[in-house]
Parts: sequence; C-alpha cells; structure tokens
Amino acid sequence: MNAPEKKKLRVATCSLAGCFGCHMSLLDIDERILTLLEYVEFDRSPITDIKHCGKCDIGIIEGGLCNAENVHVLREFRENCSILIAMGACAVNGGLPAQRNSLSLPEILEEVYCSMANGIIPNDPELPLPLNKVHPIHEVVKVDYFIPGCPPSGDAIWKVLTDLLAGKQPELSHELLHYD
Amino acid sequence: MTYNLETAQNPEKLRRVAIEPVSRVEGHGKVTILLDDDNKIHQVRLHIVEFRGFERFIQGRPYWEVPVLVQRLCGICPVSHHLAAAKAMDVIVGAKKLTPTAEKMRRLMHYGQMLQSHALHFFHLSSPDLLFGFESDVGRRNIVGVINAYPEIAKQGVLLRKYGQEVIRLTSGKRVHGTGAVPGGINKSLSDDERAYLLKDAYQMITWARDAVHLAKKLHNQDPALYNSFGVFRSNFLSLVGHKGEMDLYHGNLRARDDMGNLIFDGVDYANYRTYIEEETKPWTYMKFPFIKSLGKKDGWYKVGPLARVQNCNFIDSPLAEIERRDFVDYAGNTPMHAPLAFHWTRMIEMLHSAEMIKALLQDDDIQGTELMTSGPRQTDGVGLIEAPRGTLFHHYRVNDDDVVTMANLIVSTTNNNQAMNEAVRHVARRYLHGRELTEGLLNHIEVAIRCFDPCLSCATHALGKMPLTVELVDPDGTLVHSLSRNA
Ligand code: SF4
Repeated sequence: MNAPEKKKLRVATCSLAGCFGCHMSLLDIDERILTLLEYVEFDRSPITDIKHCGKCDIGIIEGGLCNAENVHVLREFRENCSILIAMGACAVNGGLPAQRNSLSLPEILEEVYCSMANGIIPNDPELPLPLNKVHPIHEVVKVDYFIPGCPPSGDAIWKVLTDLLAGKQPELSHELLHYD
Repeated sequence: MTYNLETAQNPEKLRRVAIEPVSRVEGHGKVTILLDDDNKIHQVRLHIVEFRGFERFIQGRPYWEVPVLVQRLCGICPVSHHLAAAKAMDVIVGAKKLTPTAEKMRRLMHYGQMLQSHALHFFHLSSPDLLFGFESDVGRRNIVGVINAYPEIAKQGVLLRKYGQEVIRLTSGKRVHGTGAVPGGINKSLSDDERAYLLKDAYQMITWARDAVHLAKKLHNQDPALYNSFGVFRSNFLSLVGHKGEMDLYHGNLRARDDMGNLIFDGVDYANYRTYIEEETKPWTYMKFPFIKSLGKKDGWYKVGPLARVQNCNFIDSPLAEIERRDFVDYAGNTPMHAPLAFHWTRMIEMLHSAEMIKALLQDDDIQGTELMTSGPRQTDGVGLIEAPRGTLFHHYRVNDDDVVTMANLIVSTTNNNQAMNEAVRHVARRYLHGRELTEGLLNHIEVAIRCFDPCLSCATHALGKMPLTVELVDPDGTLVHSLSRNA
C-alpha cells in the first residue's frame, strides 16, 4: 500500500461460513476497484496477507457462524471496525449452510465420514469445534448494515461503499435490492 | 511417495507454529508445523477446519433444485458445481444426449468460468508472490501492490476476469449463482445483442491470455532453479480427456498416468468411478484423501488440475493453446513436469484455450437455437464429472420415485489434490524452514506452495468445514512458544 497522502478509509473483509461468492461479487465491481483504491486501503482480507483485523473504519462480513473460530473472528472484527456490514444471505440469516440446522450435527458427521470403510470423524484439537447450529452474525454482535442477496450484486456492494465514502446513509434502489 | 513428516513421533515434545488463515487462497485453511529445540521440523499438516455437511442436507430435496443448491458450496467456481450436478441430473432424467444448443451454451458457460477463475487465481492471488518475490514486503504483496507496480498487467487481469464473468452472466442469468443449466438442458440461449456484445471483446481476450502465458513462461525462464525445484514431489496424474485424446474440460473419460507418464488406466467411463477411486479420512482434517484403488493408499494418490490436464491430454484442440502446450512439453524435456510452480504456466495455457473456445462458440449459430431440452427414460443413479478450474470434480446422486435425492457423494477438485498439497508443503518445510528461525517471509513459502494448486478451500469444506491456515511452534513440553499467524 502506498503512503496515504489523503487519509484513506481502512476496510477489512472476511469470509466466515460462506462460499466466497459474496467476495466474488465484491470483485465484480471490476475496474471500479482502481477507483476504490484511491479512497480505501485494505486491512485483513482474503486478498491481503494481513491475518488479523486491525483498527478499521469498515468491516465487511460474508457468511454466518458454523464453528467456534468464526465467532472469535467475528468478535475481533466488531471490536476493531466502526461500521460492520453483513454481506449476503449467509451473514444476514445463515443462508444455505443453515440448512443443516434441522439435522443433528453428529448425524451429519457420521453420514459424511463414516459411510466408507475405516471412516473416522475428524477430531484433532487443531480443528475448531463446530457449532450445533449455524447462526447469522447479528445474533452475536451488533450489525450496522445488512446487504441481502446470494450474493448481492457487485453494483449493490459498490453503491453501499460509495454511499459510506460520501458520508451518507447507504440506500439500495429497488433494482439493486434482491434476495436470490 | 512417502508419508514422511505427516505425523511426528513425540508431538508432546515439540513446538507448534501455525499459519492461520492461509491467505490469498479461496477458502479457509491452516497449516501447523511441529519443531524441536533446533528448529528441526517433525510434522507439517495442512488442515481444513470447516465442515458444512452439504452431502447430508441435500438429501430430501427434489432433484431439480440440486444444480442451484450445490453451487453454494463455492462462489469461486459455482458454475463447475452447477454443471457437474446438472450433468448428473441429465442422467437421472434420461437425457443421454443434449441438444446442440444446450451442450454449446453449457460449454460456453464453462469456458467463461475457466477464464474468470484462472485469471483471478493468477493475477489477483498468486502474481504478487511471483512478481515481487516470496519474501517481499507483506504490505505490498497483494493485488493492490501489483496495481501500483504493474498497472497494465493488473488491469488486464481484472478485465479478463470481468469478461469471463460476463460470459457467465449471459449464459446463466447471474455472475455468481445463476440458473442456466437444468436437468436435461438449459433455460436460455443467447440473443442477438448478447452474442454481439460478447463477440466484440473476444479477440482482445485471446491476445491478453496469450500475453499471460508468455508472462508465466518468462517467470520460469528467469529462474529455472527455483521454478523447477520449489516444493517438487512426484505423483500420479488424473483428469478427464476427450474421446480423441484431446483436452476437454467439459466432458470425456477418465485417464490416469503414473509419475513417469505411463498409463494407469484410460478411457474409463466416469459412471464407474467407484471401481477406480477410493477415499480415506484422517483425524486432523475435514478434507478426505482420495486415491487410485489398484495402487492403494500409499502409492495411489495423484495430482489434478491444469498441470495434470495439460500433460494428460494428447493435444489441445485450439491452435494458439496447442502451440503453447508443445512449448511447455519441450521445456519439460518430454518427461512429466511435477514442479508445483508449473501449475501457473499450465493454468495460463488453459486460460488461453478457454478464450479461444469462447470465441469459436460465439461464432457458432447453435448458441442461438431454440431447442433447449431433452429427456428419456427416468433413471435412479446419476454421476456427473467435469474438469473444474482446479481439477476433476465428481458429483454422484441417487433419486427415488418421488423425485427426492436420497444419496449424494461429492469429491471436489481440491480434495483430489489433498495429499499433493500436503506433500508440497512438507517439501517446502524441509527445504526452506528446517533448522531456521521462522520469519513471516519463510512462512509465506508454505503458502506459495499451497497457492500453486489454486485450492478452493471453500469447496473442500463441503463436509463440515472451511480451512483457515495457521502455523504454530510448540516447545518440547507442548506449550505454545510462537504462533506465527502473521499479524497486521
Ligand atoms: S450469501 Fe450466497 S454467495 Fe454469499 S457466501 Fe452465502 S452462499 Fe455464498
């Protein structure tokens, strides 16, 4: 990152229990990313090698919570980010991964790992404990803005970011607001 | 092929270093390293730490929902899951042969996906390591750094990806998670305007893709000592190959070669994959370990993806990419190339091939046809395979008389590369980290090795997890001495 002459806003993004589709939509602003970089710099994000979120103006979360590590990272984001945004259906309400909520976790693990000969359920301490249910992020921390969609379009994300950069309440017009 | 360094003798006595999360990869992974007092390495593992349970919760859903549901495994290559599931469901609805319009629209969608995913991987995620060096300043080692230092290269990367995404949007309805493919066919063909809009830039994309192959080749030629040896290990190769032995990323038969390039099997109908491929589980990762049954667990694992495909096929069926393939084979000296960094070069060859195929398909009037669907006698068991950007992707479903899915088995590309990635990481640990004080730059070497495979840790967690990557050092008493998770 080059030395900031005008003060740039610092933005962190991360994917919890999501599919990265929302991050793909963020990149779907295409060449507008060049403009964006005149006004913001990235902190922790899948596209940088910064592994922990520092002090930031905006934090963008993709995905809900499916394990203990997700909860930990989410809290770290909330502590450090002035504005926290839930990006996409998974962060907003759990999304497709929450389909497992109607089943019992042990049953799913057994199905996936024990259906073959010598199958074992992975249990190493290195693996964060899965949560019993998948949760949307607002159940754990306060969320400032929600962008629906699976994923929201690049245009919708662009609109929210440019509104925030202009110091306005983000607003999505009817065409930009969709839930699929 | 050994399991060397996979499991330490006395882990309690060692220090742990973790790289967590692995960054500039798609998905969440973590690496742990166990070392002794002299920084000698005893154990290195790449863990997938998230589990999502897709295979289970798909059960009970009507079969026609599946192509739209399963793509939510992965937003990076959703089209691959969308199409693999659609191909399996084609079998279920008895659509033995799709209409030309359906097959060509699906291929167009798939090549759009290849183009965007390969561009994203090379330019946005890996090029910072290759252009700046593995130990370069962590603040600059990202796409923003590339935009500042090499604006033209970065711009071409961004626009190549954009074009691929536009092809996907116009064939499937949306850039991410569209609905174009349905069991037995597709739900739209191209309009005049859409076709003209895509054709307008098709040639430019071929030119830029060719420049990208030349850039990857140049990087190899500038430092062959590094590029040919970094993280290298030998293994078998697996991929689909077209019926004439050509590279075919959408459809074909399974072919496997050993590390010397000799055929292990060929012309295998993928509906019988279970006769040839088996999977193993390990307690320390949610990602399974597949292997070729006849060779067994120890010797049967393999590499998939661009490096396997470019060397498994007899030729590439598009002129410019074929020239580049030959060049690559010559460079490798007519023996199989195993160097992980060569994945990037072959990935760019495939990107060029995809750009050429997109142009050819756009010039074919069939993509504006009106016959979109076929069907036949209903079946209960369907297997769909496709070559996803990262390698062979297996989808297998069973559907009952009420049209409800009763069984799902997925082997995703990254899972196919699981053992291979672990081997590459161990090789790099032995060669660069062993006996040394660990620094951020040294740890990045591990991630560079992982990035070669373009792992989609997002897909790989379909079981119950995603993969944050961590390296930690634990002292001989088992207490955490140094957790290098590369802080800001
Ligand atoms: S909301 Fe949709 S696109 Fe976003 S992470 Fe969830 S499944 Fe993926």
